[in-house]
Amino acid sequence: MINVNEVIETNDMIEKENLDVRTITMGISLLDCISNDLQKLNENIYNKIYESAKDLVKTGDQIAREFGVPIVNKRISVTPIALVGGAACKTKEDFASIAKTLDSVAKKVGVNFIGGYSALVSKGMTEADRLLIESIPLALSTTDVVCSSINVGSTKTGINMDAVRLMGSIVKETAEATKDKDSLGCAKLVIFCNAPDDNPFMAGAFHGVTEADKIINVGVSGPGVVKTALEKVRGESFEVLCETIKKTAFKVTRVGQLVAKEASERLGVPFGIIDLSLAPTPAIGDSVADILHEIGVEHAGAPGTTAALALLNDQVKKGGVMASSYVGGLSGAFIPVSEDQGMINAVEAGCLTLEKLEAMTCVCSVGLDMIAIPGDTKDTTIAGIIADEMAIGMINQKTTAVRLIPVIGKGVGETVEFGGLLGYAPIMPVNQFSCDAFVNRGGRIPAPVHSFKN
Amino acid sequence: MNKTIITVVGKDTVGIIAKVCTYLADSGINILDISQTIVSGYFNMMMIVDMAGTAKDFNQVADDLDKLGTEIGVVIKCQREEIFDSMHRI
Repeated sequence: MINVNEVIETNDMIEKENLDVRTITMGISLLDCISNDLQKLNENIYNKIYESAKDLVKTGDQIAREFGVPIVNKRISVTPIALVGGAACKTKEDFASIAKTLDSVAKKVGVNFIGGYSALVSKGMTEADRLLIESIPLALSTTDVVCSSINVGSTKTGINMDAVRLMGSIVKETAEATKDKDSLGCAKLVIFCNAPDDNPFMAGAFHGVTEADKIINVGVSGPGVVKTALEKVRGESFEVLCETIKKTAFKVTRVGQLVAKEASERLGVPFGIIDLSLAPTPAIGDSVADILHEIGVEHAGAPGTTAALALLNDQVKKGGVMASSYVGGLSGAFIPVSEDQGMINAVEAGCLTLEKLEAMTCVCSVGLDMIAIPGDTKDTTIAGIIADEMAIGMINQKTTAVRLIPVIGKGVGETVEFGGLLGYAPIMPVNQFSCDAFVNRGGRIPAPVHSFKN
Repeated sequence: MNKTIITVVGKDTVGIIAKVCTYLADSGINILDISQTIVSGYFNMMMIVDMAGTAKDFNQVADDLDKLGTEIGVVIKCQREEIFDSMHRI
């Protein structure tokens, strides 16, 4: 039988160390909503999402109450809209009308984000894909909770550099379109390589076409719990360090597994996966950078950081895999800048640069995330940064992503405030040398060879 | 069997257990196990109870205990046993 010390340990994790279930995300297929009549399509989408998810928030809240563990976010992901809207949408405005439908139904059912305003263009773009991508600035500036993601490359197909070049401009246009809110639109736009079909985390969630009609995916978190556990093994060997991370990750993940199974049963929707991620928030103590500090680097970005992060990421997976029956999504440590107080401190101390962040993304999920850059950064430079990050994902057979925020009207040294879970960020300098001739070539980077791995 | 863990945390005073037990008895909730300890000067009590016999639903019991806790100056939480089981037992 459970003893009092175990109960105290669990409740300390929840109350003092910010243990929570970060998100329950319901994936909903919209393929059966397709119509060539735009109005009909919008109606179908609204009705399907409403019927599927009307009890999601209530159920999540009730589970949180019964187990005494916070479930921070309830979210929805849908089939990439470029696939759903292709038959009906002939203009950018047509696509943006679907974004409005998603926004209104998401607000109606009470979720805080809906993801899937997406296109998968890792090899080529259809006309619908292109229209959807071009509609992103309009869609994200006229909605509040819609998130967009574009997959522009994969290990099997290579990188679609036409899409990368286009996204460089789209990121900038989205920043312009939302400049009165510190370019917040870009916080809801992710560019992926090797995007997973079952990711529950925003802004990159969409419901892949390989998935069932409806599915429940859960993202767990708990950087604070790992950090507190590591405080007790200061000065110990790597063996002790790694064992401690694994055991902690196991416990954290078990809570996610329990919540996922319970939500799946109550909603009558199959359980998909647990995403084993250490996702930070701006709350003090809920920081991945603080774990790196506890492992032994003065600030995130100091020499040793990449190794420390590689170790952390791998141990979290090793501990989490046994705790859950199905693992998927992004699964790894997130290193967003604005959402992690320790990262912000590292940037402000001059320890963490964009280049070091890029190196860190080689060994963890997901990529260059929530990084504010000067608003006058060129489109082609943004495209170049995207291309670099996509190349890391393509060659290393992993998911990588870019979520950059060129803050219009602001420059290096200033800060930008997004509020809530998105936090605030100091604007980071970007390498000023040009890559125009590179990104303007057009075409694709071929898929890499899968042997001779050096 | 519908096992729930009730935890009481706060400054030790006379009658905490009596008041919680009276409420549970009045509600038809059976106590299976009680243990307590002092952590950093605070009184920590844990009860494992069976809610199968009560007419009240989980939310009502949780609300009532929360209110009772406020009256006697302690924090009372009510959580289903599975969260502890899944975290601490393979």
